[in-house]
Amino acid sequence: MKNILQALADAVGRDYVSDQPEEMYFYARDPGLMPPHQPDYVVVPGTVEEIQTVVRLASREKIPIVPMGAGMALTGLIIPLKGGIVLDMKRMNRILEVHEKARYALVEGGTSQGFLKSYLEEHHPRLRHSIPDSPATATIAANVMIHGQGRLTQQYGFNSDMVSGLEVVLASGEICRIGSCAVSPDWFSKGAPFPDLSGLFLGWFGATGIITKIAVKLYPRKKMRDVEIFLTDDEELVPSMIYELTHTEMVEDINIFVQPRPMIFRGNHHIALFFTGDTDEELEFKRKLIWHALDPYIKSKDGGFMGIPPVMKPTLLDMPQKSVSRFADVKKGGGFEYSGPIILVEKYPQCARKIVELAARYDLGYSGMARIIGRGHSMMYGFAFTFNRADSEMMARTRSALCEISLFVLELGGVFWKPTVEEQKMALEKMDPNTRALMKMIKANLDPLGIMNPGNWEVA
Amino acid sequence: MKYEELVHRCFRCGYCKFTEDYHDFNCPTYRKFRFETYSPGGRMWLIRAWLNNEIKTSERFQQILFSCATCANCVEHCVFTFKDDLVNIFVAAREKLVSEGIIPPAVRDYLKNIYIGGNPYKEPEAERGKWTEGTSIKAFEGQEYLFYIGCVGSYDERAKKIARSVGNLFLKSGLSFGILGEKEHCDGNEVKVLGEAGLFQYLAERNITQFKEIGAKKIVTLDPHALNAFKKHYRELGATFEVFHSTQILAHLIRSGKIPLSSYEARVTFHDPCYLGRHNGIYDAPREILQSIPGVELLKMRQNKADALCCGGGGGNFFTDILGGGKDSPGRIRVRQALDTGAQIIAVSCPQCAKMLDDALKAENLTERLEVLDVSEILNRALA
Repeated sequence: MKNILQALADAVGRDYVSDQPEEMYFYARDPGLMPPHQPDYVVVPGTVEEIQTVVRLASREKIPIVPMGAGMALTGLIIPLKGGIVLDMKRMNRILEVHEKARYALVEGGTSQGFLKSYLEEHHPRLRHSIPDSPATATIAANVMIHGQGRLTQQYGFNSDMVSGLEVVLASGEICRIGSCAVSPDWFSKGAPFPDLSGLFLGWFGATGIITKIAVKLYPRKKMRDVEIFLTDDEELVPSMIYELTHTEMVEDINIFVQPRPMIFRGNHHIALFFTGDTDEELEFKRKLIWHALDPYIKSKDGGFMGIPPVMKPTLLDMPQKSVSRFADVKKGGGFEYSGPIILVEKYPQCARKIVELAARYDLGYSGMARIIGRGHSMMYGFAFTFNRADSEMMARTRSALCEISLFVLELGGVFWKPTVEEQKMALEKMDPNTRALMKMIKANLDPLGIMNPGNWEVA
Repeated sequence: MKYEELVHRCFRCGYCKFTEDYHDFNCPTYRKFRFETYSPGGRMWLIRAWLNNEIKTSERFQQILFSCATCANCVEHCVFTFKDDLVNIFVAAREKLVSEGIIPPAVRDYLKNIYIGGNPYKEPEAERGKWTEGTSIKAFEGQEYLFYIGCVGSYDERAKKIARSVGNLFLKSGLSFGILGEKEHCDGNEVKVLGEAGLFQYLAERNITQFKEIGAKKIVTLDPHALNAFKKHYRELGATFEVFHSTQILAHLIRSGKIPLSSYEARVTFHDPCYLGRHNGIYDAPREILQSIPGVELLKMRQNKADALCCGGGGGNFFTDILGGGKDSPGRIRVRQALDTGAQIIAVSCPQCAKMLDDALKAENLTERLEVLDVSEILNRALA
């Protein structure tokens, strides 16, 4: 294997290749609950050409290759299930272009959410992108690869819907451009008006190619941003409340959270409504419409707006949400994991009851959080459990609870978001056979040697 | 290991690597090496694996631990309640390595030199006061302030100039102060962060006893590293004296009109030393000094105050150089950041930063365009 190490060093420089036990240990796992599996090498490339060289080497030697952003999906998608090379993309973090008027940003494949946020705030203060709640180190490319959601998801859909172009290194080592950038210097569309080929890569977790450049749509950044929280203790009413709220088209983002602590939060569904404006007048207008939409529920005493303590507002308005990471230490144990199925909003009551039931049965700390996708077209319901990494029994209970959720979700008509390998298998089993065959055909054609993040989306 | 009960609590979310506004990665070792293992989260996970015997005490593991500049950027930006102990955890892991006798040769040599000769330069202790030659700086005999220099200011040629520069200003202002000269001993800050807890305790107790015996009640340090040891760790061992950094005293003297200034035209950017800023919260005093000089235009580096990038010399790296050089070394990145401001001078208030950034300027071929000066050296140029 020494010659492979040398070949990798020739490709990217000796300083950016490791086969040492420390890197093998760290890159064998993510912060979630999936069992570790060690890579044989970790490579930190700096250019597209270096990635091409590494992929060609992997192809020639039939070595698995797993691209990695920050590894924050928590479902094991960057764990090298069959060993091989982990490609840590975060050295490729340049912002290549921001087109102010066409509102898109073109970045390298390892650019973090935090970098783009900071860059836009400094250089293009009237533009923003859809920032997910994952830590700032999460990359733009990895987030769209898992169909992540963000602060603009209620308005514009999944973050992957906001992609406006891709550059991908294929399993052969060739570079392929997807979208308008394939025929134009401009990166304004990922498909239309041509066939949208981005689906050959998005959602595949690197099993069909490695994203080396990505363009994402940017949106107006208003000068002001505020949040209101509507409270109800009747989960059955939440879907109709969401229907009314999305009808206003006044809201930037809608999250609904339930959590057992502090005590006064328990049993309540907190509908957090984020909205923006360039003037006080615009902000107050939106606030009025949002309040008006929920008037009937206030009159019927089924809910009301909560007075948000000033100390709580910065936490709620924070982007990305640091509080999400802090959930990992609720049990003083540095861990949490969640299952976040995409499901109809009308299934909210069942999901909200299920998390409370499972948390009680498995004696786990929990947080339920729904994010509305589009104008109520669906939602992501996050069944999140916090665990103590030093308590193997608690980790086992958390795993069991999450396994139950997988079955529950399928029965309820939901689909897995960023599924674990086991969930991928469950989904493929339930999938329409012709769809499954199409996936198999795509994978076989794009990765004939089976070296691209093997173990993921493998159709038997 | 001390703090063992904390190491499993890291989620490795990575906030610790950034500046507050996510403008850039700000962990010196992560910026240099770019493997996650060299980030604070990587260290936490590896220390846990090491304690659980999942990885061995390899050379690379030692490099990962000892390259940490203990700059406390992670402490500043970690989102968890145990954040204040992050550097303490890394130092505790070093302590365990030291106690097992498995440490990089450069660390061993540093500790050995302190143990045998009392300083890392293998120079006689009798020459600690040589930097005062040609000045009228007096030995401490009960004056108001004891001016404590430290090993770097006593022996390093660049740092000795800074010691003289500060001493000259103190003299001009009429400040009542004296030095220990050949009777001064190492403060031990780097001994502590390199993990030799026993040697540190010996040095600290010896200094505390000496300071008590000579009646030193107010100590002003040249080096923020000494300031840190005195303010934090000596107090834990019973020290009661007041401690100041030289910039705090100089700012006070300027405010009191005891250092008359004329104009000095220069575009200056200030580099916050980690042990002055993040570790001890002193951000304003050096800026106040610079802003008080007529003609000085103070330019802000994008990463400043709590977001300042370390020069790369912290955590013992000034002596051991385990973090190492190269174009991605923090010192070289830092001087490029300074160049971006349009400044002519990088102002510092730490002799270790001065030397590190001087070297970085040379490596970047920027000596024609930028100059590294201690705040006191700029003040001396502006004396009326």
